[in-house]
Amino acid sequence: MAPILALLIKESRLEIRRKSVISGLALYLFSTVFIYYITFNLRQNLITPLVWSALFWVTILFSSINTIAKSFIGEKRGLDIYFYSLVSPDVIILAKLLYNFFLCVLLALTGFGLFVLFIANPVGDHLIFLATIILVCWGFSASLTLLSGIAAKANNSNVLMTVLSFPVVISVLLLAIKVTKNCIDNLDRSVSYDELITLLAINCLVTAVSYLLFPYIWRS
Amino acid sequence: MRRSWWKILSVVLLVYTVVGGFLIPVPRLAIVNETIRALYFHVPMWFGMVFMFMASTYFAIQYLRKPNNLLDIYSNAFATIGIVLGMLGIVTGMIWANYTWGSPWHGDPKQNGAAIALLVYFAYFILRGSVTNQEQRARLSAAYNVFAFAAMIPLIFIIPRMQDSMHPGNGGNPGFNTYDLDSKMRLVFYPAVIGWSLLGTWIATLLIRIELVKEKIEAIEDENAK
Repeated sequence: MAPILALLIKESRLEIRRKSVISGLALYLFSTVFIYYITFNLRQNLITPLVWSALFWVTILFSSINTIAKSFIGEKRGLDIYFYSLVSPDVIILAKLLYNFFLCVLLALTGFGLFVLFIANPVGDHLIFLATIILVCWGFSASLTLLSGIAAKANNSNVLMTVLSFPVVISVLLLAIKVTKNCIDNLDRSVSYDELITLLAINCLVTAVSYLLFPYIWRS
Repeated sequence: MRRSWWKILSVVLLVYTVVGGFLIPVPRLAIVNETIRALYFHVPMWFGMVFMFMASTYFAIQYLRKPNNLLDIYSNAFATIGIVLGMLGIVTGMIWANYTWGSPWHGDPKQNGAAIALLVYFAYFILRGSVTNQEQRARLSAAYNVFAFAAMIPLIFIIPRMQDSMHPGNGGNPGFNTYDLDSKMRLVFYPAVIGWSLLGTWIATLLIRIELVKEKIEAIEDENAK
């Protein structure tokens, strides 16, 4: 537990120190939402709840892929060998997973704030929506962290990252869009439980597989 | 001859599938009509695909446990055949949908899930193509293979079942039971599944042999170059 915490603190310190990265992300989110705002402002009432949820999740997906992609790709050569000599790969993947999860949640909440500010807030049931955000961020971080590790070892990393990750996260995204629609329509909570439980199950599966596979790709 | 009994079995079963599949009477049903015969050709493709991907994942896991170039070749060959069967499954499904649903691509949850599952495995080949170091390629693609298989399970087995679908056998009904009144269709369906899966395995073994011969040629050329 202690090494995981140490790695987590190291990651967040690095992130805060290199302000360009986090402010770059914030600007990315802001610009995206602002472009939506300007484009959809040309005609009134174009953003139906369904369009809102699609836009929201696509934005979160893209910014999460951008964020998590650099969790291994951005690292200096040789740094991984240094880590390798210090801690076991299990610790590294757990720390990365947790860190990416927190970053993702932060991203999604910021994104939600921007959407509310510039576009609208059609969500009726905020509690279920929050649960969806947390579960989706968990799913994203679990699948994208491992893929970022794979892509970092292969050479043309950024393109590969996108190609590998899209099909894998789609199942998470499909469920998220469905629950979001339920939240927007203010349906009874029990309607969404099935999807949330499936999301949880998928997350557990993906996390377990990532945890098991990471030592193999880390070894090289 | 003795070792190739399963190849002969595959040919016999497939001949039986094609002949029996087109000639044996089928239940008369509205809308579906004669297209119910797609069951003998479309559904076995998916069974075959899942079996091939299972084999591919099995060899990938074996590779991760104990790296060996041969296992990588096995895994790649089975994944290739799996994706070919999957594409055939999509195409045969589209032909069927064209006659029963009115258009080839109907946005049905099962169609979408299957298409995404194929994308997952296309990404596998892109990954293989973009790594040049052979040992690195084998290990990364083995890891992605296991991951892809795990990601495919919810896509084709869980999510389509949670949504309304016009696909036969949905809503909790196992397969074609609702249509199959006198169990006669099983007499062709099960042999078809076995036949197509064996054919897939056969093609995979051929691919493996081609790959091994290629490696041998390369080794000989290297020897001569020295």
